[in-house]
Amino acid sequence: MRVNRHIGAVAIFLVLLLIWQALHTIGGEIVLASPAETALKLYSMLGDGSFWENVAWTSYAFVLGLVIAAVGGVSLGLALGVSRLSSAVAGPILINLYSIPKVTLYPLVLLCFGLGISAKVAFGVMHGMIPMTIFTMNAIRQMKPVYLRSARVLRLTPLQTAWTVVLPAILPEVLSGIRLGFSLTLLGVLIGEMFASSHGLGFLITSAMNVGDTETIMAIAVLLAAFALTSNAILVFFSRQVAP
Amino acid sequence: MKLESWIRLAVVAGSVGAIELLCRTGVIPNSVMIPPSDMALALASILSSGEMTGDIVSTFTNVALATLITVVLGFVLGQSIHAVPWLRASIEPLLASYYSVPTFMFYPVFIVLFGIGRAPIVAIAVLLAIVAMIMSTLNGLDRIPAVLRKTAHIYRMSRVATALLIELPAAAPYLFTGMKLVVAYAFIGVIASEFILSGSGLGYRIAYAYNNFENGKMYGLMLLVLVSVTLVNSGLNAIDNRLQARRRR
Amino acid sequence: MSVRSEPAGTEAHAEIKAVTRVFELPAGTSLHALGPIDLDLRRGEFFAVVGPSGCGKSTLLDVLAGLAAPTDGKVVFEGKAVAGVPDGVGVVFQEDASFSWLTVEDNVAFGLRRSGLDAAETKRRVDYAIGFMGLKEFAAAYPSQLSGGMRQRVCIARTLVLQPRLILLDEPFAALDQQTRLLMGDELLRLWRETSATVLLITHALDEAAMLSDRVGVMSARPGMFIDVVQTGWERERDSRVVSTPRFGEITARLWEKLRIETMKIMGAADRAPAAAGENS
Repeated sequence: MRVNRHIGAVAIFLVLLLIWQALHTIGGEIVLASPAETALKLYSMLGDGSFWENVAWTSYAFVLGLVIAAVGGVSLGLALGVSRLSSAVAGPILINLYSIPKVTLYPLVLLCFGLGISAKVAFGVMHGMIPMTIFTMNAIRQMKPVYLRSARVLRLTPLQTAWTVVLPAILPEVLSGIRLGFSLTLLGVLIGEMFASSHGLGFLITSAMNVGDTETIMAIAVLLAAFALTSNAILVFFSRQVAP
Repeated sequence: MKLESWIRLAVVAGSVGAIELLCRTGVIPNSVMIPPSDMALALASILSSGEMTGDIVSTFTNVALATLITVVLGFVLGQSIHAVPWLRASIEPLLASYYSVPTFMFYPVFIVLFGIGRAPIVAIAVLLAIVAMIMSTLNGLDRIPAVLRKTAHIYRMSRVATALLIELPAAAPYLFTGMKLVVAYAFIGVIASEFILSGSGLGYRIAYAYNNFENGKMYGLMLLVLVSVTLVNSGLNAIDNRLQARRRR
Repeated sequence: MSVRSEPAGTEAHAEIKAVTRVFELPAGTSLHALGPIDLDLRRGEFFAVVGPSGCGKSTLLDVLAGLAAPTDGKVVFEGKAVAGVPDGVGVVFQEDASFSWLTVEDNVAFGLRRSGLDAAETKRRVDYAIGFMGLKEFAAAYPSQLSGGMRQRVCIARTLVLQPRLILLDEPFAALDQQTRLLMGDELLRLWRETSATVLLITHALDEAAMLSDRVGVMSARPGMFIDVVQTGWERERDSRVVSTPRFGEITARLWEKLRIETMKIMGAADRAPAAAGENS
């Protein structure tokens, strides 16, 4: 099964490549650049200094947004999750907030934060924080009750209980939430750049879209996909080490 | 109503009231946000004047179409992937990383494939929502106790009969959770596409109002989206509770 | 019936006096779960509690351990009133309470490390407990890699290592198969003899109660009170082989005589219960 999985991954990759090439052949340049052209474009972009500047802009906003979303999201989840009542009250509110098409709030965000980097960070946090909160709240609710009773029998203080029993017990689910929030925060930052910035990868995408430069669009798409896959793999590996 | 519902109502009402106060006293300047009461008034006037009815209908139609296509296609794909374990193992990492890529940058692709109009918008919404449906389907199919499938074997049911009569009802609660997500994503996808890339629909109207500094109209429309999504969610939640209650073990 | 008839001079290690426990339910009604019940546990004895489902056995344990406060009555441990979990009390729960994120060794050492004992003494006690419970090979394994019986041994080792003077066990072997249960019973006896602790074992298995304990208390259906206490009269150096003695059959029969009626009460067949033992119903 292990071998099959890797063969499967390669097979999927090849199939996607074929579909890509087919779309290019049918639709032409204006639809999608071909895989070959994209590869060339990617190669030249990687050697271009201004490209890396844009990457830096995006990365900075992304890391900032991720830290705020993770710390804020998990803390809020912990605070709401400890009491049955508060999680029952907050749950539907959070889910409803999250279902609002965030794009309708974009004008509000821009009006609040202006057009600079804080708006992009705000977009990122907007997209990424709530799932982390929800996952953390769920994790606490699903924790085995016998753990808390054991902590009481061992006469741990509330702080000791929270730090040595509750946190390790909920860590796997919290990490799942962070993995999901990771992708979403990045998406938020990119979207923010796509229509309210003059820097960053999102901005590059929008510029390319406006002039029909499908090579750049595809090159960036490939780059993002590669980044997402790699970081997800790293996060999964890291979670397995920390929470066996 | 249960205690928690009362508290929730109080929290929401309190927050809205606080925002109203902050807007009226100028702590939040009118150029940034108008008071909620003015938003409601603007919405009322939009609805009564009927100037945007066409756009409203258009958006909701798009959402409905996207939801329908996603649910059916997503379930079928989910079933197929679930049936082939190595395929699933290869695809799952891709699914997990899917949301990092802003898929609506492929909008031009869809314009060329489907022409301008409803289709590219629905296509992007489907693209956004389908992964949620596939993952819920996989999850739901996972949760079906093996004994149910064994029972189907003993009755010598065909693959299709098993899928429709046993697997679908058994996985229904989880599929429904997926459907709630699909509706949410469909709204997001449709309105985001209209916002950024289209010439009609609610999303477009909000963008237009924003670009022309018509805060009143803009917030009125945003309120409309908020209320619609909440109503649809409440409806789906009510159905969900019914489903869950029947299945309580 | 109160369990107070100990010979003069035998000290009570823990006492429950006229304790009742009433739960307030969310719907506004109350549930009278336990009592009024009395219990005197003599120092160093092995006392088992049996009773029908829902009779309040676990509530009794919660109250005795200080995990729950009684609605009425007093709980005394080593002469002091119980408020919160007292020092010197260990509890083994029915569910697997081993921490899935720690190895067996770290699980067992958990309580000691929190209490600030020095590292050398901690290691000594942990190694002893792990060896005693037969877990030496698995010291570096995680609970998820172990069977149910082994995980319960980890929980027992974790309790043992704190050298409790009163050990409470709430149906600790309920999730295990019969053969494993019998062997674990022997282990429990070994533990009891080694530590000279007072042991209170809650179980729904009559044979377990009869073979392991010095005295068995039979609880009535809810609200739980003791309706009988049986002295087994076993010697201290006993093991599961007592099941082959005639006395074992007598004890079990006597326990079942009382318990059967109580169990049928909760099954709604009270009017069919025979008035005296020996009648066929």
